[in-house]
Amino acid sequence: MKIEVQNFKDTRSGFGDGLLEAGKRNPKVVGLTADLTGSLKMGDFAKAFPERFFQVGIAEANMVGIAAGLAIGGYIPFTGTFANFSSARIYDQIRMVVAYSNKNVKIAASHAGVTLGEDGATHQTLEDVGMMKMLPNMTVLVPCDYNQTKAATIAAAEHDGPVYLRFGRPKVANFTPADEPFVIGKAQMIQEGKDVSIFACGHLVWKAIEALPILKEMGINAELINIHTIKPLDVEAVLKSVAKTGCVVTAEEHMRNGGLGDSIAQVLALNNPKPIEMVAVDDVFGQSGTPDELLKHYHLDTPDIVEAVKKVIARK
Amino acid sequence: MTINELKDVASQVRRDIIRMVHGCQSGHPGGSLGATDIVTALYFDQMQIDPKNFKMDGAGEDMFFLSNGHISPMLYSILARRGYFPVAELATFRRLGTRLQGHPTPVEGLPGIRVASGSLGQGLSVAAGVAQAKKLNGDNHLVFCLMGDGEQEEGQIWEAVMYVPAKNVDNLVAIVDYNKKQIDGPTDEVMNLGDLKAKYEAFGWKVYECNGNDMQQIVDTLNITRKNAHKGQAQVILAHTEMGMGVDFMMGTHKWHGTPPNDEQAANALSQLKETLGDY
Repeated sequence: MKIEVQNFKDTRSGFGDGLLEAGKRNPKVVGLTADLTGSLKMGDFAKAFPERFFQVGIAEANMVGIAAGLAIGGYIPFTGTFANFSSARIYDQIRMVVAYSNKNVKIAASHAGVTLGEDGATHQTLEDVGMMKMLPNMTVLVPCDYNQTKAATIAAAEHDGPVYLRFGRPKVANFTPADEPFVIGKAQMIQEGKDVSIFACGHLVWKAIEALPILKEMGINAELINIHTIKPLDVEAVLKSVAKTGCVVTAEEHMRNGGLGDSIAQVLALNNPKPIEMVAVDDVFGQSGTPDELLKHYHLDTPDIVEAVKKVIARK
Repeated sequence: MTINELKDVASQVRRDIIRMVHGCQSGHPGGSLGATDIVTALYFDQMQIDPKNFKMDGAGEDMFFLSNGHISPMLYSILARRGYFPVAELATFRRLGTRLQGHPTPVEGLPGIRVASGSLGQGLSVAAGVAQAKKLNGDNHLVFCLMGDGEQEEGQIWEAVMYVPAKNVDNLVAIVDYNKKQIDGPTDEVMNLGDLKAKYEAFGWKVYECNGNDMQQIVDTLNITRKNAHKGQAQVILAHTEMGMGVDFMMGTHKWHGTPPNDEQAANALSQLKETLGDY
């Protein structure tokens, strides 16, 4: 893939613009929010389709139930709130009326991870991917930039079944091609290589891209694959890459327990055990700070990916 | 249906409940027996439905949602007796591989069930969403939702109770199975609901009360709510019921909430309930 930074945009705007586009394409797409229309960038959708937009107030549990009801009635509801309130706060509701009941509800989860920044640990979910991937029937998407989040939103609307769509708050490099369709469950090759497989998702894909020239200087030819779909995981792409490189680094803005690295480790252990290093949060809660400070503090930054690569290659 | 015909159906449903719960030695007879009359009236008198051609989206039909899913034997019996699936299937209740899971679920493809329930407090939200979908679709049929009274202790209920009047969901009729009992004892002792009528009214609902085991009162009250639907008014019926209704030793106590009868007790219970439509 040719990496070209087009601009710096927030992934939540990708969701908002994707929702508007999905709403134009399909009159069955409806939006719901729990008092976070602006934060989720759902304002344009609400303005374009006022009769298809539901302001639920600060009542996330009720919102999920209403979404399930709308899905029963043939609609494709997107619920929009912060990731923590889209997951932990309403896990049982999602479990029973969305996942178990297999309703066509899309859970749009913004402000995920430590890059939410100054609001601190109460809002910085680092556990949501783990919770969501454990639910049967649930598809879990973690797109990496504005363009991909927009495409993922459109793909989620076209997908029949529950989807958890995770994205974030800060403006980050927007580098994937604007016209690239999002294929659920199909990993995205960013750069081919032979010495190490880096599997990244979300904001950490860009951090991994920034690591590539540094690794190249060190004589390391890294393969970088964007795992934008945590579930269903593209096992074939993972195994194919690992067969070539023989070692793995995973990178994600999530707790190590339950995250992308955990999923990849399971694939390796069951199929082709190889050394793995995980760039992830190590069993602690976040805190207030700027996104950049927090990525550095929790060892989720480009130098941390470089260090992990060095370490895992030494273990080969 | 005439009131007497509805009573006959309810009697058979009560037999089915006892036989299902006795058969697998598991399930919730008390609440099932108490709510039988309300749901019988809905399915056999009130609701416009097409049981032979069950559609998930319920387009062009009235729809019912059971929020307190543990009284599933009652719902299963009524669905089967109404023609959604073969009555013989009631014998599979709670057994491995059955479509009649302990708590209702659409996963096994049982006609008549549209969402899982059992984890309490969620049904009114779902029903409100379904009612709003009906409005979007220009479908003027109604959505009914039955909740338990113990279930009113769940916070999500009150999120939905606030939502329905605020968003003008006037094609939904909520019903509270007000039997004043829950697993641990009388509701007054476990968590006093206080003046439930005043609480709903304070949230903007029109509240009706009836004896939920008096078929004539139930039908009369449902007729009123049907007439007053689509008039910008949220409507709830507080249906005063007796847990265990129809079986003397199961009434007046919370002890049969989730306890199956033994052989002797089942025989005693069945001797009190007229077989009207033929046992499964």
